[in-house]
Amino acid sequence: MDFLKDPLKVAADWLLGLFSRWGIPDLWAQVLIGFLGIFILIALLMVLDIFLVWIERKVVSRFQSRIGPNRLGPFGLIQPFADIIKLLIKEDTTPAGADKVVYNLAPILSMMSVLILWAVVPLAPTILGVDLNIGVLYIIAAGAIGTLSIIMAGWSSNNKYSLIGAFREVAVMLSFEIPMLTVMLIPTIFAGSMGVGAITQAQDTWFVLLAPLAAVIFLIAAIAELGRAPFDMGEAESELVSGYNIEYSGMKFGMFYAGELLHAFTFGGFWAIMFFGGYRFFGLEQVSAFLAIAILFFKAFIGYWIIMWVKYTLLRIRIDHMLAFNWKFLTPVAFVLLMVTAFMNALLADAPTWLYIGGMFLSNVLVAWIALETARFASRKERERVEGASYAVRGTE
Amino acid sequence: MTVDQIIFLVVAVGTLIAALRVVTTGNLVHAALWLIATLFGVAVTFAILHASFLAVVQVVVYIGAIAILFIFAVMLTRKEMRDRGPQMNRNWWFGALLAAVTFGGLALIVSGWSGVTKTATAYPSDFDAVSALGNALVSPDAYVLPFEVASVLLVAALVGAVYVAFNRK
Repeated sequence: MDFLKDPLKVAADWLLGLFSRWGIPDLWAQVLIGFLGIFILIALLMVLDIFLVWIERKVVSRFQSRIGPNRLGPFGLIQPFADIIKLLIKEDTTPAGADKVVYNLAPILSMMSVLILWAVVPLAPTILGVDLNIGVLYIIAAGAIGTLSIIMAGWSSNNKYSLIGAFREVAVMLSFEIPMLTVMLIPTIFAGSMGVGAITQAQDTWFVLLAPLAAVIFLIAAIAELGRAPFDMGEAESELVSGYNIEYSGMKFGMFYAGELLHAFTFGGFWAIMFFGGYRFFGLEQVSAFLAIAILFFKAFIGYWIIMWVKYTLLRIRIDHMLAFNWKFLTPVAFVLLMVTAFMNALLADAPTWLYIGGMFLSNVLVAWIALETARFASRKERERVEGASYAVRGTE
Repeated sequence: MTVDQIIFLVVAVGTLIAALRVVTTGNLVHAALWLIATLFGVAVTFAILHASFLAVVQVVVYIGAIAILFIFAVMLTRKEMRDRGPQMNRNWWFGALLAAVTFGGLALIVSGWSGVTKTATAYPSDFDAVSALGNALVSPDAYVLPFEVASVLLVAALVGAVYVAFNRK
């Protein structure tokens, strides 16, 4: 039973015993076990990443009334391996005038910024890389490295399309970081800790019931951070060809692509962890650590599926609209919501649970309603200004 | 030498080399990238000192925002991105003097401090450094005044930036 409850500790103890029998000093054995753990986690994530390619292609084809890859293996499951072999044997080109070191470093940093996120993901009650007490900020910091990798790729390629793509992408990422960080502070208020593990532990009621608006804002900001449609201004195939990664070929492009897919899945996971209880599901997570991991991955896949659903349904938004939407709507709403939540949290600190949940839920609905009404009023005024009085007449018809 | 000291030395040397490269590189974008490496080294130093909040804020604010804005500014203002300007101007000796005096002063102050030779005591296991920092920032006995003054200053800077950029129709 011990192995089912806490497989990591059992495995580590067994390895420690093995290493000490081999005569390796304890300190080195600990370091070795730590490295082994990181290596196994990354290896499993990369294997998952291979199948994410297949999942993404299958799902997009269903959204577009196609069947998708179906030739190689059952349901086309071997297709991603064929893709990888193709990427590996492609010619590795470097554009003339490219800044070689920066150019080669960018895809590595891009992949790294995604993989380091998993250090703080609580996979199960007992399986957690590090329980950082600043987990929420760490997620944003990892995003900063992703931003850096994009601007490095865009600049070093010596291509005007990739530079324009990088500029746009970074502008979007920098702006949407703000509402994202702000709404991530809302689970922090509920849990009383910035640690991702503690936030999961605190969700006896899923935080989405306490802060539905925050969950929606987090999803929107996450999609923008990922640079996926409708916020895919940085890639914009129809105008920039492919944006910041246009000059990359072979596995270097593969790193960007795989990084993006894993990033989307990871943010699906963080959405689940922040607002949908992470690995918690009516006490099932206590039965076995493996069940807890399965629950978290199930929730993460639902989040990932919603991100794909949005991507393949909505059209690209113009960049000025995108930034205006962020700075004039999303950011103020996130700030107001944070203040309202903090105020209500203090007000309802001693209230019974049903009142606390109800009060939080209603305050969220109220903030959302006021925000939408204000936006509607502002846009109507703007439209009247642009179109003159004629709109006012037409609008009442 | 303990493992901690070895890690500190490696990080410190790396940070200093990166800092040196910031001022010796001719290419401005490379200088900005070396600056990022330097700031990252400082973040790692914070992490070694168990100041995890400062470490992460260092990455978020300095690398994620300020350094990226540097790169933006360089790319938007330079006509040729590989532009190489002169490395030195006439005031180089004054800058060097200022740096040397600052270093000397800091070294003097630190060497006179009694804590410099002591080993730091470890945190108790239930000590929450982030909560302590948060409480210190809003407690009247500690840093609420500097915190508020800094906030007002930043808001003033924001309002000023908006005013400068505002296009009156």
